[in-house]
Amino acid sequence: MNALDVRGLTKLYGSITALSGVDLAVGEGELVGLLGPNGAGKSTLVKIACGLVRQTRGTAEVRGHRAGSLQARRSLGYLAELFRFPGWYSADELLELHQRLTGSTGGSGERIELLELVGLLEARDRRVETMSKGMQQRLGVAQALIGSPPLLLLDEPTSALDPVGRRTVRGLLERLRERGISVLLNSHLLSEIELVCDRVVILLDGRVVSEGSPAELARPRGVEIETDDGTQLVEGVAREDVPRLVAEAVAAGRKVYGVRVLTSTLEDTYIEAVGGTTS
Amino acid sequence: MSSLLTIAGYGLREALRRKVFAVVLLLTVAFLTLFWLGVHFLYENLGNVGPPVGVDARTFVGATVFGLAMFGTLFLGTVLAIFLTLGVVCGDAERGLLQPLVVRPLGRTTLLFARWLGAAAVCAPYVGAVYVATMLITGLTGHWWPDHLVVPGVELAAAVSLIAGLSILGSVFLTSTANGIAVFMLFGAGLVAGLLGTIGHGLNSHTLERAAKIAAYIIPFEGLYQDALRELVSKTTGLTGFLLELGPFGGGYTGGPWVRVWAGAYFVILAALAAVGFSRRDL
Repeated sequence: MNALDVRGLTKLYGSITALSGVDLAVGEGELVGLLGPNGAGKSTLVKIACGLVRQTRGTAEVRGHRAGSLQARRSLGYLAELFRFPGWYSADELLELHQRLTGSTGGSGERIELLELVGLLEARDRRVETMSKGMQQRLGVAQALIGSPPLLLLDEPTSALDPVGRRTVRGLLERLRERGISVLLNSHLLSEIELVCDRVVILLDGRVVSEGSPAELARPRGVEIETDDGTQLVEGVAREDVPRLVAEAVAAGRKVYGVRVLTSTLEDTYIEAVGGTTS
Repeated sequence: MSSLLTIAGYGLREALRRKVFAVVLLLTVAFLTLFWLGVHFLYENLGNVGPPVGVDARTFVGATVFGLAMFGTLFLGTVLAIFLTLGVVCGDAERGLLQPLVVRPLGRTTLLFARWLGAAAVCAPYVGAVYVATMLITGLTGHWWPDHLVVPGVELAAAVSLIAGLSILGSVFLTSTANGIAVFMLFGAGLVAGLLGTIGHGLNSHTLERAAKIAAYIIPFEGLYQDALRELVSKTTGLTGFLLELGPFGGGYTGGPWVRVWAGAYFVILAALAAVGFSRRDL
């Protein structure tokens, strides 16, 4: 059973089509990155999965339960792109509130563990209104993890974080994967997706335009050979061609100092997939 | 039940921390001080009042000033109820406060009901406290007590709780500002309808009286307020009772058990409409 299963998902806002027949699955323990320009339908997809938005057509299931149902909501944690927590709560009180709402029996042990996980243990008694945006975002990740949900839906979880904060969240995602938690990560940060995700789905105008692991999406761009004659780029060849290319260079009397296999980055693939679309 | 109480506690805590609550408390202190001064001087000069034959001046003054106090109480309670609830759905969703709660495993209907419960837990005791305070001021200063001590206060508290429900229903469909304006306009409409009804009663215009009664049923918080006024002097008879019914503050002629029953049914309808509207709303 997939953690998230979306079939033929369509969402219309009046005459505007946000999603058009999207199929997507997040397997158990899989970390899937959702990419696309603004307005591609990423947030709508995540919101349907957690029951905030109703689809026009198609189905969305969380561990076999209809998205939005109580059983489905028991199985997921969610961090919205635009969220706010009541400013008068301390970090600890906020997590306690969500523990009560999820029925978590983890108590203060769970709260301490989660605050430690996101690097906020020292700010445990600090009020939300005195926290920086980045701290609030990390607190948001911690509240999403209350009750150890098997599926985590994160909508731009690092948008307000500095590089250190991003690294913390990245490390956190890797630990979640180790624990077998499934994650659907919606982010604009391609490098982040490339580093942590098992699979990437690119949306454009409400449709899936590209899908695969970062390695599958990375296309060969050729091989760069550094010889005593200078550096030469051989296009249209891949890793398998390296021994032959080196042998040919040596046979031609060249001294080979280095060889580099070039592949396109996720950014190249993304730009190719969306055709330079932005908004 | 646990989620219901958690959200109600969340709403209650939010309400007590909001500036509007502090402002209403300050206004209440000012209102009670002015009210005490007014009642004190009125009764001090009671000897100068020369009422028509058959009118008991003490009862007439007491019922009128206490009726005025009830209007003030209702107004302050309404301000509190509206400002605490006008953004429960659309407002909180726009600010991003609602989404983290809605994705939790509790029904949307439960969430709405809990928010109403939290608001009512602030507004109803507030109204009850101000009602008792003004009654004590009137009774201890002027030695006049309402014919019924408890029922009018309960009706006022119910009226304000109903306004909170109406405001939560509005918040499902309207932005905070639009909702606040709409509910205040409804409150104003109720007030005007009540005054028109009183004028109709004085002029013996059955059309105006009927229109006011219809309005009291359409917006039953006004009906409850009118019934509370009626209960103040329901045992007062003769010319004093008739003059008090001419109002606008001393007595009322609209009300009775059906208004109370209808107010309960009205709340159920409000709750159903809010639940259906919220269940269909994209956040």
